[in-house]
Amino acid sequence: MGRFHYHADGTGHSHDDDDHDHDSAHEHDHRHEGGVGDHSGYTTGGLRVDVLEKILGENDHTAEANRSDFAEAHVHVVNMMSSPGAGKTTLLREVLLHIGATLRVGIVEGDVETSIDADRLAGLGAPVSLINTANGFGGECHLDATMVRSALPRLPLADLDLLIIENVGNLVCPAEFDVGEDARAMVFSITEGEEKPLKYPVMFRSADLVVVNKIDLLPHLDFDLAAFYSNLRDVNPHVRTIETSAKTGLGVDDVCNWLRALADHG
Amino acid sequence: MRAVHELSICTSLARIVEAHADGRVVEVVHLEVGYLRQVIPATLRYSWEIVVLDTPLAGSVLDINHIPAVLHCRDCDARTVIEVPVFRCGCGSVAVDVVGGEELLVTSLDLAGPRTLAPPRS
Repeated sequence: MGRFHYHADGTGHSHDDDDHDHDSAHEHDHRHEGGVGDHSGYTTGGLRVDVLEKILGENDHTAEANRSDFAEAHVHVVNMMSSPGAGKTTLLREVLLHIGATLRVGIVEGDVETSIDADRLAGLGAPVSLINTANGFGGECHLDATMVRSALPRLPLADLDLLIIENVGNLVCPAEFDVGEDARAMVFSITEGEEKPLKYPVMFRSADLVVVNKIDLLPHLDFDLAAFYSNLRDVNPHVRTIETSAKTGLGVDDVCNWLRALADHG
Repeated sequence: MRAVHELSICTSLARIVEAHADGRVVEVVHLEVGYLRQVIPATLRYSWEIVVLDTPLAGSVLDINHIPAVLHCRDCDARTVIEVPVFRCGCGSVAVDVVGGEELLVTSLDLAGPRTLAPPRS
């Protein structure tokens, strides 16, 4: 099951020590059956302190700082997200080759480990700033605003029209973290299955553009393109879509035009 | 498995809780987490145990109020709790705003009673 699952009756779900739902807003019934977090008697006669703070407030604050630096440098920023292997880097290579000198593009390349993707983008005229997210816990699954901020000094922001942030391949985590971007582009490949928008609605809903990649494989797959678009519209009714094949070059011009429009008008 | 974003969330959460606790012993951290935040409560609680291990917050627990996803329709003014990720009103309109389910908040802390007060920070 995906992460977006509901239990209308608040109970009855069988998978591990999951959430305890609340039928009415604040009637807490603290039963943690088995496993971690078996705690009873939360009320101790101690003090209750009101907090009311956004947990990711610090990230949002840093994202705003990034946004303000981008605005000052007159650079527009797109946060590019997908699952691993959807073809972000190959598409990006094609985009850089097509867009050539007409747009000054910089890249922030996020990867859990290795510089393989950054190397694939080297030599195409765009400065690349690599962030390896591996640290401490073994590699973050997303870029956050602070990581992106750390990559900025290595880029000539003021000389760029467009900054493309290639996020870590993952359909869940990157959607939760604003990094200061103007727009979000998702690369979806048709090898992934038409149900994906319903399984990962948060990311698909947050996208301004969904690139439907590897479209050249359509004759070889059971992929139901109409069902995919229907699922996508359920989640994000007005999102722009472009069908591409990074391999044959189909649709790459349309992606370049979308990026140009973003760079020109935000 | 790779690190999950619940770990990042708990790291941010620990900073907020520490600041508000100001050296006092925290027993319960009350949260509001919307269904649309893709946060799995069990994973969040487990991540919290890892993040606060060997810190003054060790032993504190998360109380997670999971908030349903609610749409407000701009056309018919209805409010609908959605149980599948279809962002469309019952009237057929897609002119909807998400008015619930995107929360990711610390609402309050329960501190230990006077007997277990931690010594003041030097």
